[in-house]
Amino acid sequence: MSSGDGEALAQREVALVDLLDRLLAGGVVITGDLTLRIADVDLVRIDLNALVSSVRAEVPSPFEEFQFGESEEPV
Amino acid sequence: MNDVREHEHELLYVYAVTRPFATALPDGVRGLDGKPPGLIEHRGLCAAVSRVPAEDFNAGPLRAHLEDLDWLGRTARTHEAVIAALATVTCPVPLRLATVCRDENGVRRLLDSGRARFVRAIERLDGRIEWGVKVYAQAQQPFPSRELDPPEPKAATGRDYLRRRLGERQSRDEIWRRAGALSRALHAELCDRAEAGRLHRPQNARLSGEPGENVLNAAYLVPLDRSEDFVAAIRDFIPHIEGVRVELTGPWAPYSFAGGPDDGHGQVDQASREGREEQ
Repeated sequence: MSSGDGEALAQREVALVDLLDRLLAGGVVITGDLTLRIADVDLVRIDLNALVSSVRAEVPSPFEEFQFGESEEPV
Repeated sequence: MNDVREHEHELLYVYAVTRPFATALPDGVRGLDGKPPGLIEHRGLCAAVSRVPAEDFNAGPLRAHLEDLDWLGRTARTHEAVIAALATVTCPVPLRLATVCRDENGVRRLLDSGRARFVRAIERLDGRIEWGVKVYAQAQQPFPSRELDPPEPKAATGRDYLRRRLGERQSRDEIWRRAGALSRALHAELCDRAEAGRLHRPQNARLSGEPGENVLNAAYLVPLDRSEDFVAAIRDFIPHIEGVRVELTGPWAPYSFAGGPDDGHGQVDQASREGREEQ
């Protein structure tokens, strides 16, 4: 499919904005203290803000610091 | 598969969770470390991972990197490439961008703690793909409209000028109205044909670079063997409406449906979104 102006239905190669929709608002969100995750969109620059702001509504808590159990050491 | 030994100052970036699989990944797939992704199997599940430097992926640096569109873009495209490679041999459940564990034990705990969700997600997503459908409203300049008087070549008076401006505004509103009506009808139709539908937030034109305003930004979960019919249905459904454009993206791995309803951000309740404001 081409993306000409006359096309009612256009398909293109993966655009970053479409990919980020899926990677920032899709995918399994791991909660808990074992992982880092993206959530603090307020720190993201204005250009990105609109794009990732969907995350804000969906992930309740802000960016979690990388936390470890008290006695966890790498094996 | 590269070795996933423990290293100081490194973290494990987790792309996806799958069932353990025997088939080799396609040649040439590279993770964030430039190597084929590693696989950590644990009690009937498997995590696809790469070693990443803590100096980039610890909370502070990651926060800074997220402000860098180039970095974000590279990371996202690599993540997607790994998911795409996994999808050729198994059913990957994609994790959200930048899911990072401290070490292999962390990955195993991730698999343990999320076991029920991952197993359900694999059952729900296996053999399915995702299609993205977007609708744009784009005012024509000048917009010829049946409802309006033919545009005059030159505004003779201030009143004519104002009338013309009003006409242009009305035509924009009319395009929005048509795009909204098409979006609602199309979404309802595609939800019927798909196993699930989800609305993403409309995209910002400055980021997408797309002309016009994004009115509908939706994703649909479709069984692989019904994919062609689904795409054909979209084509058939779309009337040619002036100023309204429909765009199809995909097929995607089912990113938008990986979380599921129990994550609180999965499939939308269609009825509750039906009346969403059109900005």
